[in-house]
Amino acid sequence: MSTLTKQDSFSSLIEAAPKNFESVRTLAKVSYLAQGLPAVKAEEYKFTNISKKLEQKITDFSPALPFAVTAEHVKSAVYEGFDGDILVFANGNFLPELSAKIEGIEVSLLSEKSELALGSIAKPGKDAFAALNQATFQDGIFISVPKKAQVEKPILLLSFDQANGGQLIQPRVWIEVGDLSEVTFIDQSISLGESSYFVNEVVEVKGGVSSHVHYYRIQNEGKNVIEVSTIEADIQKDSTFNSVNISLSGDMVRNNLNLNLVGSNSEGNMYGIYLLNGKTHVDNHTNVDHTIPHAESNELYKGILADQSRGVFNGKIFVRQDAQKTNAFQQNNNILLSEDATVNTKPQLEIWADDVKCSHGCTVGQLDEEALFYLQARGIDKLQAKGLLLHAFAGEVLEKIKTESFREYCDSLIQERLGSKF
Amino acid sequence: MLSIKNLHASIEGNEILRGINLEVKAGEIHAIMGPNGSGKSTLASVLAGREEYEVTEGEVTFKGKDLLDLAPEDRAREGVFLAFQYPVEIPGVSSTNFLRTAVNQVREYRGLEPLDAVKFLTLMKEKMKLVEIDQKLLSRSLNEGFSGGEKKRNEIFQMAMLEPTLSILDETDSGLDIDALRIVSNGVNQLKSEKTATIVVTHYQRLLDYIVPDFVHVLYKGRIVKSGTKELAMELEEKGYDWIKEEVDSQATV
Repeated sequence: MSTLTKQDSFSSLIEAAPKNFESVRTLAKVSYLAQGLPAVKAEEYKFTNISKKLEQKITDFSPALPFAVTAEHVKSAVYEGFDGDILVFANGNFLPELSAKIEGIEVSLLSEKSELALGSIAKPGKDAFAALNQATFQDGIFISVPKKAQVEKPILLLSFDQANGGQLIQPRVWIEVGDLSEVTFIDQSISLGESSYFVNEVVEVKGGVSSHVHYYRIQNEGKNVIEVSTIEADIQKDSTFNSVNISLSGDMVRNNLNLNLVGSNSEGNMYGIYLLNGKTHVDNHTNVDHTIPHAESNELYKGILADQSRGVFNGKIFVRQDAQKTNAFQQNNNILLSEDATVNTKPQLEIWADDVKCSHGCTVGQLDEEALFYLQARGIDKLQAKGLLLHAFAGEVLEKIKTESFREYCDSLIQERLGSKF
Repeated sequence: MLSIKNLHASIEGNEILRGINLEVKAGEIHAIMGPNGSGKSTLASVLAGREEYEVTEGEVTFKGKDLLDLAPEDRAREGVFLAFQYPVEIPGVSSTNFLRTAVNQVREYRGLEPLDAVKFLTLMKEKMKLVEIDQKLLSRSLNEGFSGGEKKRNEIFQMAMLEPTLSILDETDSGLDIDALRIVSNGVNQLKSEKTATIVVTHYQRLLDYIVPDFVHVLYKGRIVKSGTKELAMELEEKGYDWIKEEVDSQATV
């Protein structure tokens, strides 16, 4: 019954939602109320009881307000070596005055784009949290990359979060990429303070024909952050979407990544690392939908889990009847460093076409003792030898990051974590 | 240099070594031979510090220190080197980075300055010649996709880089063709000195044509049952191990 109380709390949030995007919000509200928060036995949230977590940790069901972020904040938060343009957010609210004006790219508040078909990509009916975001988000950002634009430098979406008293932050992002364009986004949030709060993010990406989008995301926020994210992209003909998600911290994190391959010769790539300690719980649910022939998807998620951390991986691949000549590959590998760490991994393939190449595999194991001994026998101390092996394990995913500075940054965070007592 | 006294070791409750006694002095080469399952590789593993083996009795001192008390990495830093029978493939760990980490950790323990990139590469180039190893191999992940012979050469190359005082070659010859055997043996011979010692564990006498031992020991059922000089190895080559087995087994039944 207690979940119902939360539902009521969110319902009051719905009533207090901004008045723009009326039809979009109404649709989402109906969808949210029909779905409700995931119940304990909800298949999609079986191992990630986010409803209970919210129950325990969130005390104030009002949106966290924007706050003063300074240029100094930004300067000190940007990782070393970053060369690109920065868009700054505070509690999910876009701060134009601190953000770069990027030549040729339109960036505006969502509230200025009231005709947008929000929710047409990340449909509210698929997930209660996506519906909740759509019904109640405060404002968001609209980013449009024109046709034939090679955006050489990455765009950093840098969010500062400071929600005292367990409030809600609901970023909403709409990205459009024109035909024949290429762009790289880096999505990073910084927690100011250690308090508990709930982030419920939705990112929709509408790619053009022959477009190439790289979406990199690092989750290294406060230990008490509860987060649900939904990133969904439609991938058109001759286009690619590359996602790399690195999760290093948080209380309970659920990432929904949905790629819809809607044009032939399109490619969706999903890569991820979750390197967890303490009691951090990270759940990656990915869904790739092959609806047309001659498309490809590749997926590799790797988990390293210490202490009492928990990792969940669920990878769905749908190959529709028309999607002949599909190539779909999926792999999830995990190393448990502690007896108390847990992984639940579930590949889920549904294939209706008959001329396809699909493979999947998952492993859960310990560090290779033989390899460890080999390194020690050459004079390398045990801790460092473990670090070398785990770093090599993660390296296969890290190398998918094409932006060198960001790859090195993630690498250094991972090395630092592996080099310490973990 | 190395003194093994009444060494007993077991794995998962099965006793494999049942009282080994062996003295190795600087400048010496000892060959340990014996039929399959006699405990040869176990002895090599126990000396290097493999954790699955439990030492139940006896002692091993190396340059006056209690070897069994040291972690595997400290044994290596003290100067014990085990050339693995089955070198491990480690994807994602570059051969060069691995070696540089190893060399510098060993140097640090021995109170030497770490080698910078240039000095390290110079040393590497010099030692590569010893075992005729190709630079291309070393730009790959450690042992990944190496042929059997390449792996064994890489072991000797690592040995050359780490400059141990006691090298234990665990069946380094098995699976090698004559050419590779010659290269590997050349490397070992060039590395030996008055200050170092080598223990060659092998099933076949063939290797000992290239690496000539001062002493040959026959291991059977976890004990050294016969010791001699290189002539013993020749005799084993000719007559096989059965006569030794019979000799030992008949004594046991008496």
